[in-house]
Amino acid sequence: MKILVGYKRVVDYNVRIQVKPDGSGVVTDGVKLSANPFDDIALEEALRLREKGVADEVIVVGIGPADLTAHLRNGLAMGANRAIHVQTADAVSSLTAARTLLKLVEKEQPGLVILGKQAIDDDANQTGQMLAALWDRPQATFAGKVEVADGKVTVIREVDAGLETLEADLPAVITTDLRLNEPRFIKLPDIMKAKSKPIDVIEISSLGVDAADHIKTTHYAAPPKRGRGVMVKDAAELVAALKQKGLL
Amino acid sequence: MTKILVIAEHLDGKLNGSTARAVSAAMATNPETIDVLVLSDTPEAVAAEASKIQGVSKVLTVARAENGHAVAAVLAPQIAKAAAGYSHVFAPSTTFGKDLTPRVAALLGVSQVSDVMTVGGTHTFTRPIYAGNAIITVEVDPATIVVATIRTASWPMAGSTGAAPVEAVNLDVEIPTHTRFISLQQGKSDRPDLQGAAKVVSGGRGVGSKENFDIVYKFADKIGAAVGASRAAVDAGYVPNEMQVGQTGKIIAPELYIAIGISGAIQHLTGIKDAGTIVAINKDGEAPIFEIADIGLVGDLFKILPELEAVLG
Repeated sequence: MKILVGYKRVVDYNVRIQVKPDGSGVVTDGVKLSANPFDDIALEEALRLREKGVADEVIVVGIGPADLTAHLRNGLAMGANRAIHVQTADAVSSLTAARTLLKLVEKEQPGLVILGKQAIDDDANQTGQMLAALWDRPQATFAGKVEVADGKVTVIREVDAGLETLEADLPAVITTDLRLNEPRFIKLPDIMKAKSKPIDVIEISSLGVDAADHIKTTHYAAPPKRGRGVMVKDAAELVAALKQKGLL
Repeated sequence: MTKILVIAEHLDGKLNGSTARAVSAAMATNPETIDVLVLSDTPEAVAAEASKIQGVSKVLTVARAENGHAVAAVLAPQIAKAAAGYSHVFAPSTTFGKDLTPRVAALLGVSQVSDVMTVGGTHTFTRPIYAGNAIITVEVDPATIVVATIRTASWPMAGSTGAAPVEAVNLDVEIPTHTRFISLQQGKSDRPDLQGAAKVVSGGRGVGSKENFDIVYKFADKIGAAVGASRAAVDAGYVPNEMQVGQTGKIIAPELYIAIGISGAIQHLTGIKDAGTIVAINKDGEAPIFEIADIGLVGDLFKILPELEAVLG
């Protein structure tokens, strides 16, 4: 079976984001971009399933501007068989991403779509769930463990109360949580090999996706700052300070 | 006309406090009605609790066997059907709401506003992005239904002096069978629940091991606090995942948050920035957590925690 993996390019998680003074956005010029960490985990899981013989093809999908190619090549270098680049210059909402992925799903007929649970830029945590709804298939979000057998997937999910086990019929959508796996490093020989793997470029307009969004972002602000407080020198002083605040 | 449907979160017959926080957010839009929807196999007890939430006009219950566990694919089509006639659908931004609500939004053909921090009107909200390092104001097209999850740490629980009527509803909806709940392994604890506790003590990588975490538990028990952890501590196997506090874990707002052996990565801070008072104990005086802690103590946690317990008597 095929596995489709969403592979979003985001501002690297180590970058300290700056909001533009005019409130029109965040500074992204010259800022390091990387694969969304959850998407690396998604790709790693897909590769492991292929290595186990559960899948035979792993396809990474990116939705974004023309310069996304290098990013997708990294996904190929990590081990994906091929890449699909849906080209668009516009910002892509979760709903638009889900609708776009649905078009690809209809074409590729994968047994699994694995996405990161959230992108660390917009922190939306929606695309996987939306795709599953539009596709009318199961969703298993925040996956900490994935097992595929007999046309079914068993997923252990990280939830507030602990660990929940769900069983779903394939095809299904899984979103990855942090502890699902540790992604492999890209090795130099694989980067060379990746140059010959195919990247299909499709214009988003050719897919006939309804890109209407209904939500507009009108302002960006820096968060209210919590300033530095006071330092105390020992346990006794700490307890006194907390008692004075009525907290202990 | 603003009519808000709030999806109740519950487990083992008990209403989750997150629901009352979602009601607070709903109240901030100045609505005409707030109805709470309880989907369950046996909704009576949860519905009775929900009817006490201040601001609730009516509690609607949908009782069917399939609703015995919160499976998104099972609940979402029912909610999408029940949402007819409402202008807003709210759910708490807990793993329950995060899993379920986007599926509802997609079925209704709309985008979702995730993690509402403030309400600026019926269709204007703020929410965090980039691990809370930027706060955006968003406007939802008033011609569409608003589907949103509510950032629980940003909202107080609505009071419990209400007495709303409870009404059973029948929804004619096809329920898929392709997703099945198998089991839930819950962390067992007599300690306060991390998500809603007034006092939280958290341990980080500095604690060093699963065994060493006992020192954190002991101190937490001394002051009656819940226990949390940084991602590093969870990844290292010191504590189970449901204790993680941060961007990809729980977002909490206790009155007192004591961070022990936690360096203060941006992703952790986003989980605690609404706490009343943040205390940091770390042997590294340069740790970023001291930049935002209200009270900081540089020192060895293995020495300091027993000293704190001794002072408290």
